[in-house]
Amino acid sequence: MGYTDTISMSLFEKIWRKHLVVERSTGPALLYIDRHLIHEGSFHAFSALRERGLSLRNPTQIFGVADHYVPTISRHPKDASTPEITEMITRFETNMQWSGAHYFPIHDARQGIIHVMGPEQGITLPGMTLTCSDSHTSTHGAFGALAFGIGQSESTHVLATQSLWQAKPLNMRVELKGARQAGVTGKDIILAVIAHIGSSGATGHAIEFTGPGLSTLSLEDRLTMCNMTIEAGARFGIMAPDDLVFEYLHGRPFAPKQRDWDRALIQWRQLYSDPDCGWDKEITIDLGALAPMVTWGTSPEAALPITGMIPNPAQEPNTTLRQSMIDALEYMALTPGTPLNTVQIDRIFIGSCTNARLSDLRSAAHILKGCRSKVPGIVVPGSMQVKKAAEKEGLDQIFKDAGLEWREPGCSMCVGVNGDTAPAGERIASTSNRNFVGRQGPGVKTHLMSPAMVAAAAISGHLTDVRPLLSRIS
Amino acid sequence: MTPFTTLNGLAAPLDGRNVDTDQIIPARFLKKRRGEYANYLFYDLRFDAEQRPREDFVLNQAAFQGANVLVCDENFGCGSSREAAVYAMVDFGIKSILAPSFGDIFYNNCLKNGVLPIVLPATTLKALRLELTQAAAKKIPAKNTPASEHHDGLNITIDLKGCTVACDYFKQPLHFEIDTFWQECLMKGVDEIALTLGYSDQIQQYEQKARENQPWLAP
Repeated sequence: MGYTDTISMSLFEKIWRKHLVVERSTGPALLYIDRHLIHEGSFHAFSALRERGLSLRNPTQIFGVADHYVPTISRHPKDASTPEITEMITRFETNMQWSGAHYFPIHDARQGIIHVMGPEQGITLPGMTLTCSDSHTSTHGAFGALAFGIGQSESTHVLATQSLWQAKPLNMRVELKGARQAGVTGKDIILAVIAHIGSSGATGHAIEFTGPGLSTLSLEDRLTMCNMTIEAGARFGIMAPDDLVFEYLHGRPFAPKQRDWDRALIQWRQLYSDPDCGWDKEITIDLGALAPMVTWGTSPEAALPITGMIPNPAQEPNTTLRQSMIDALEYMALTPGTPLNTVQIDRIFIGSCTNARLSDLRSAAHILKGCRSKVPGIVVPGSMQVKKAAEKEGLDQIFKDAGLEWREPGCSMCVGVNGDTAPAGERIASTSNRNFVGRQGPGVKTHLMSPAMVAAAAISGHLTDVRPLLSRIS
Repeated sequence: MTPFTTLNGLAAPLDGRNVDTDQIIPARFLKKRRGEYANYLFYDLRFDAEQRPREDFVLNQAAFQGANVLVCDENFGCGSSREAAVYAMVDFGIKSILAPSFGDIFYNNCLKNGVLPIVLPATTLKALRLELTQAAAKKIPAKNTPASEHHDGLNITIDLKGCTVACDYFKQPLHFEIDTFWQECLMKGVDEIALTLGYSDQIQQYEQKARENQPWLAP
């Protein structure tokens, strides 16, 4: 059951074909799902299972972790922002015990945001199909997995049958060439890609990142990039796994061991796109031409280099695009022509499945060391393991000394469902993934950027280019 | 799932690209139970900070009371996978959504809940939204008139079997594409889990082979 075949295939196609249970001449196929991840939002799926008298087909292939609704001020469900949320966390616990699936409760040393702790535990493995009822499941594609977000009905289907009817997406290649400058991170690269192709530029597609630039990126940069392919419309982001991935996975709790490891490695080394596989859509990004990015509007596509200015809708010839720019600027209370690096902020957020891994915290702490933040803000590590490692390095102290709050892991202010939101009208520099209207609270204005850029904004009190600070520090 | 065959509906125009699922249902309302979401559909667009209906929002306008079809713009339902965005549509009474493109997860979620997502060209839908807006300005239907009895230019007829959309502004019914699998599922109200359980033998065979090749699959 190898991946090689006589015809040329993309990495995506290889994994897709290997997981076909029932194929039809057109439309969706029944795809086997190797691993499925669930969180507290799964209560609809469990209600549906119970109503029908169904149980989990394969509990050992299901992994549950409380991340969306958990409080970040403590590890006690009773400290949730409302009694309704406390009940939700408790209900998740009951459902998980009923299910027999792997469970990582709020106080577990392995708990974390599902897309951070999944890779940490070796749950995410190359060549696998992996689903989660969360749109940022594309994150796991950085390991060469076919990973995608689904809704609760589809989640119920996976729990009951370990499979899913899916239409095969088209294939899009994003070729990365050139060498990036200091201060340009995975976040800046993916924001540049989204700005380039638009927020529906990859709808109906799976994005594979390829090219010489890929091997220069850290695993954490890669995770950040795959995480945000959904913001360009692609449910799947994927990258061919290399030694960096294999070394990371070796010895992880749920990764194969000993002889299985050797066997897995042989299979995983076949996970790449054949050179002449063909693509439905292709773009090339010159990493050398990129600067740190920030968003100015209410969609991640509204991103520009920090050296730019708030764009002028009057210069947009397309009336539909012009209107969406006008609406976005009205919500964001920004004036065309304003230099981005003069936009004052009220608060910062460092966290989320996009940017709350150890290297993210290190890069923010590097900028903040010995400085005070001019605005309040919270730092929410992506997992208990990240938190522990960061504390061992003293990063927590740097954040606290800067006047920021050091919290417990969870999705927190990225989605705000646990009650971590900002007061209405505030402007936030955020490492999260969505700057949608009201995402961080009603009337709250979100600017997306890298952790280092958020740190730079914190000590400046306004959006600013982190690069001069990097050279000053070094 | 309620089968979807034909619909003679009342269409409401909803402008704006990238209407994300956070707009369709803000995150703070996701904890509700099925059937309780109607009030929260487009909550922050429908209501102001004091919970008063915003007069400028299309679904608050008299002409569009009872609307069960939305005519939208590009990338409708992008963003979060929250299925409550579709639960809110269902609970509110929306049966079909027309847009030039949809967020992929939202599109799938519609199919699982008996809501028909229809892809039509952006220019066609832009013109239709304008016509609907103008028709509504001209004619306000009598209060409590059932949606099916409106004859004021806001009607829209959808035939899933023939894959057509008809209304006063189209010279002839427009054809739309939907995969035959989903078409049949919607028309028959197919229970997908029951359908898949019919393939249990194939799943079993697949699993056996997969576990031989990857003993680490199910830890």
